[in-house]
Amino acid sequence: MKLFALIAVIITGAALIYSTFQMPDWGDAGSPANAHVSPRYIEKSIEETATPNIVTAVLADYRGYDTLGETTVIFTAGIVCIMLLRSIKND
Amino acid sequence: MIKDFDNIIIKTVCRILTPFLQIFALYVIAHGHYSPGGGFQGGCILGASFILLVIAYDINAVKKRMTEKLNTALCSLGVIIYAGIGLICLILGANYLDYGILHRILPVDPVKARAMGTLGIEIGVGLTVMSVMVSIFLNIATGGKHEEGEAE
Repeated sequence: MKLFALIAVIITGAALIYSTFQMPDWGDAGSPANAHVSPRYIEKSIEETATPNIVTAVLADYRGYDTLGETTVIFTAGIVCIMLLRSIKND
Repeated sequence: MIKDFDNIIIKTVCRILTPFLQIFALYVIAHGHYSPGGGFQGGCILGASFILLVIAYDINAVKKRMTEKLNTALCSLGVIIYAGIGLICLILGANYLDYGILHRILPVDPVKARAMGTLGIEIGVGLTVMSVMVSIFLNIATGGKHEEGEAE
């Protein structure tokens, strides 16, 4: 059984390492991440959102729904911290 | 665990520093359009100013200025502002969080309305981050009692 597990781990690891050889180079202008939406953000963000800081434009405007989730995560963390730690004595 | 102690230098420096910290935090939030910054970073600085007061003075100094009820309310208010702006866009007939439509209720053109909507949600994020920072610090530092205790 241990031998089987070892073989499975080696095969999976080899497949994962093999797949990294096909990843685009660092900073490759033709990679999907740089060719899909990034040029649109860089070229159009000022005329579409009037926000010179592209990071803010992407964070709060194009990906606003994502940031809403982030804020909710922080809110939940705070509420859970209150629920777990806060001890209120009714004297 | 948080005890009042007498050190005039620390107390004076922190008292003088706090308003500048808070002004800088508001600057980071409001200037997020033009420079690195935004709601998360500004909220952290704003929360740190209250934590500095707790460390330099004691917990009562902060409880007087920012009560627990107010803090928890601000925590929710931030998320409500964010989701509410999205909802206003929905009511006005656009997609959720599509701020361009806000030009109908703001005296600006659609492109500027997007920047205004971004500013609004940054304020919401800043409020939530600030009150969560303060709340988590107070709860962990005092073991949930929110009162001064003996040093352990």
